[in-house]
Amino acid sequence: MALPSYATRGERIWHYIFLGLCGLVFLFLIGPLLIIIPLSFNTEPYFTFTKAMLQLDPEGYSLRWYQDFFTSSEWLNSIKNSFIVGIAATFLATVLGTIAALGLSSRHMPARGAVMALLISPMIVPLIISAAAMFFFFSKIHLAQTYLGVILAHTALGIPFVVITVTATLSSFDTTLIRAAHSLGANPTRTFFKVVLPLVTPGVVSGALFAFITSFDEVVVVLFIAGPEQRTMPIQMWSGIREQISPTILAVATMLVLLSMLLLTTLELLRRRSERLRGMTPG
Amino acid sequence: MSESPTAPLKTADGVSLKTSLRRAVRRSKLKALLLVSPLLAFLLIAFLMPLFDMLWRSVDNPEVSTALPQTSQALADWDGASLPDEPVFAALAADLEAGAEARNLGLVSSRLNYEKSGMRSAIMGTARRVDTLEAPYKTALIDINDDWGELATWRVIKRESSPYTLSYYLAAVDRQYSPDGEIVAVPDYMQVYVTLFWRTFWMSAVIMVMTLVLGYPVAFLLANLPLRHSNLLMILVLLPFWTSLLVRTTTWIAILQSQGVLNDMMVALGIIADEARWQMIHNKLGTIVAMTHILLPFMILPLYSVMKTIPPSYMHAARSLGGKPFLCFRRVYFPLTIPGIAAGGILVFILSIGYYITPALVGGQSGRFITNYIAYHMQTSLNWGLAAAIASILLFVVVVCYLVFNRLIGVDKVKLG
Amino acid sequence: MNNTKLFKATLIKGAVAGACGLSTLALAVSAQAETLNIVSWGGAYSMSQQKAYNEPWMEKSGDEIVNIDRSGNALAGLRAQSQAGNVTWDLVDMLPADALIACAEGLIEPLDHDALLADAPDGTPPSEDFIEDSLDECFVPSIVYSNIVAFNTEMFPEDKQPSTIADVFDLENYPGKRTLMRKPINNLEWALVADGVAPEDVYDVLETEEGVARAFAKLDTIKDQVIWWEEGAQPPQLLADQEVAFGSAYNGRIFNAAANEDQPFEIIWDAQVFELDGWVVPTGKLDKVKDYLYFATDTQRLADQAKYISYGPARKSSAKMVTTLAGTDIEMKPHMPTYGPNFATAIPKDNEFWADNNDELTQRFNAWLAQ
Repeated sequence: MALPSYATRGERIWHYIFLGLCGLVFLFLIGPLLIIIPLSFNTEPYFTFTKAMLQLDPEGYSLRWYQDFFTSSEWLNSIKNSFIVGIAATFLATVLGTIAALGLSSRHMPARGAVMALLISPMIVPLIISAAAMFFFFSKIHLAQTYLGVILAHTALGIPFVVITVTATLSSFDTTLIRAAHSLGANPTRTFFKVVLPLVTPGVVSGALFAFITSFDEVVVVLFIAGPEQRTMPIQMWSGIREQISPTILAVATMLVLLSMLLLTTLELLRRRSERLRGMTPG
Repeated sequence: MSESPTAPLKTADGVSLKTSLRRAVRRSKLKALLLVSPLLAFLLIAFLMPLFDMLWRSVDNPEVSTALPQTSQALADWDGASLPDEPVFAALAADLEAGAEARNLGLVSSRLNYEKSGMRSAIMGTARRVDTLEAPYKTALIDINDDWGELATWRVIKRESSPYTLSYYLAAVDRQYSPDGEIVAVPDYMQVYVTLFWRTFWMSAVIMVMTLVLGYPVAFLLANLPLRHSNLLMILVLLPFWTSLLVRTTTWIAILQSQGVLNDMMVALGIIADEARWQMIHNKLGTIVAMTHILLPFMILPLYSVMKTIPPSYMHAARSLGGKPFLCFRRVYFPLTIPGIAAGGILVFILSIGYYITPALVGGQSGRFITNYIAYHMQTSLNWGLAAAIASILLFVVVVCYLVFNRLIGVDKVKLG
Repeated sequence: MNNTKLFKATLIKGAVAGACGLSTLALAVSAQAETLNIVSWGGAYSMSQQKAYNEPWMEKSGDEIVNIDRSGNALAGLRAQSQAGNVTWDLVDMLPADALIACAEGLIEPLDHDALLADAPDGTPPSEDFIEDSLDECFVPSIVYSNIVAFNTEMFPEDKQPSTIADVFDLENYPGKRTLMRKPINNLEWALVADGVAPEDVYDVLETEEGVARAFAKLDTIKDQVIWWEEGAQPPQLLADQEVAFGSAYNGRIFNAAANEDQPFEIIWDAQVFELDGWVVPTGKLDKVKDYLYFATDTQRLADQAKYISYGPARKSSAKMVTTLAGTDIEMKPHMPTYGPNFATAIPKDNEFWADNNDELTQRFNAWLAQ
């Protein structure tokens, strides 16, 4: 967004003010995430930069809170639970969501808008309402306080993400490719595996990643329907923050920020791959 | 027929093309529906039925009629004008005796205590001594607890012996039944929920405006930079979007609390005195700052995708026609971004009114949302009917916003990342 | 795994092992070692239970004890589990007011105290050894604890330290933030005492509309300066960080922070609101926890617990055996809620009053907070 050469002085000033403002917003967005990283290496159990830290004295930094984390059976157990629930829910949501997306992207799908609105509703209905409702109902059918209950709940919450991403991928999918494959003599199975799948996979994988992160971050529903055995990492964090924020939580937070960076990179690579595969039609 | 010059076209097997096409369409319709149906069935069980169950629970009122069946029946033709007669008291004594035996009076005493304070000990206290009771029960019961001699007690029991109730909804909007059965506002000093609903709405509106003010310039910048640069900056928007909500909330606690990073910095720089640290968290400010940060990407992304479709030549044309930059922006560019503003605005608003975690952790007393009361009644006061009623009202508001959103923008236009 | 499943699994294991000639061994092991899910309050209190009876019990029986810190929401948890038909808690530490409700709802077992609990060393039966009127139909008390207000001594000049509950409401002489529990319980009592009501008359005054209005009016005077807490671990933390000058808390947590962590905390015993706390057994779990319950509530164990936290034992026979804080020579007696000078103006929490009025007063309190 370079300035045109005919820009007046006033416009120039305005332009730089504008850039400055945008810089501040970016700082607002990203600063808080970066600030906790050094804080998590604090030697002292404080939530702020100590003098030693500011002087870059190595004494001021330590891995003590990470050590706390990795030696605490509660934290480790909660991570295990988060992965069990997250992976199972992601699997279910991805399978159900992808199949449904195949139907939704058909030209002849009846009441498409209404069905789509319904499928996306778990993303829109406030979590606290879903949580309360699931608590009542799952208690009735003896699913509360079980792994299965938490997994089903998280599947429901992850589904909209899979449906959205996969439908988006399919809608830009060029169906003539299938006809081309047929006319070149491939049978439907071969067409699916050799043509459709490679093109759709990036969408499915990013949907699955969204579903996973949704489950991995989710507090409210677990808070209501999980028993002590299904304690997940967000619950562990939540009770930690409510009582007293020890820097162990900052250590966990730092690791989660790194995890989200990793996921984001994966997604970006997937997107590029998908664009390349499709020869990147504009729009 | 086939000889007519306008005879319909036929396929090889002799069926008219129209029919054949219709069949094909029907077949693919069916196929599409079949593909979607497993998911619909799943959501029906795991999501929609729970929601309906909650709506049901907000009016469901089984406690009195199941735990005090004889009393409910005996009260059926009581006119409510004066204290009921002996048979009603005898029925109550019988119910309490059976209830004490089966140990199932807990729920009904809690239920009636919501409507009238003192009912818990009236029922539990009487039940403990029920085997000492002898006819005439009217005087015997009133001897044990004065509440049985009050007209209001019996009116409450009669009203709540119906299997459905509106009491929870009334309570959720700070209303109640007067002793005469009319709907009246609860006294000023008892009003909670209406205030909380309004606060939730106006604070969400403020958050929506904040995200718009901060997000608009950024989206504009991203949409007008060369792709190479904008992709890089986009990461700065997406990273918070992908980071755990709890992490983002935690960082705001670390930054804003009175021993936190920001206060420390200002003290170190001599801007404020050590004793006069600012209270920036556990109040409305904390909630607004943290939620603006958390919801900002939801505003930037729709704005960006709309702005991306506006050709730069529009502005160039406007400028070359002699428009001042601001006028051009206001008359040409801005109107074109309104769909993006609407999409982002409604999205942020819907998400914001349903937030629970962030207001609970950084909102303190004044920055709480109505959602905090849903959790409170679910987990602490255990008034599940009231929790269901408040949640149902909130759900109604959200669904209305969602339908508006769907009408204006269409959910299938929602993109992620 | 629930009981039936465990039982079935044991049977199957037994059968298989029996075929291999190992049946006695397998059955003996599974009959002995159980996992007990015990719900308690967390923090210093759970620690005292861990040291005084969980660890000795695990050593003695081979059972494994899983601590669950959910007593704050125990009634909700019991209801939810019973509704779900999947009760995973085996024993719950709970307040007597909640126990009354849970008992009336049939969520917990009625207990025959003399049959289930140990006699005192001198042979006094439990019904006489426990503090008068403390044994309820479904409830076994273990301690007497107290709700008090504490302060950080460093926040006030040495010659001007607060000493009464009225000082907590005196912003002029004792400035600074306060942290109080986000509930009407205790706060209304203290407001009235600070306003001049005698501790023994508090509940009579609260029975009247004017009394309630008076209590709220008194709370109004400090409302701006109050941070409301919801988790028992918060007040010691806030006091230690000097975020507040005063904090209402459970006396044991304050004592532990002062004694073990050298925090400059002092307790205002004036108008302490004391009550019991103890065990309840979820319906259907009695057989599983019977032995543990017998052990954990005997005279020696309750006396041992007082070595780790300053809560008074609920048995008279244990009270005599209270000594010093473990690992120190700090006498525990002067730190107990029941110690003479501490007890002079104590208020016994009126559970019946709160059972009836908690719903209404909590709504009024919430409305007051939201104003």
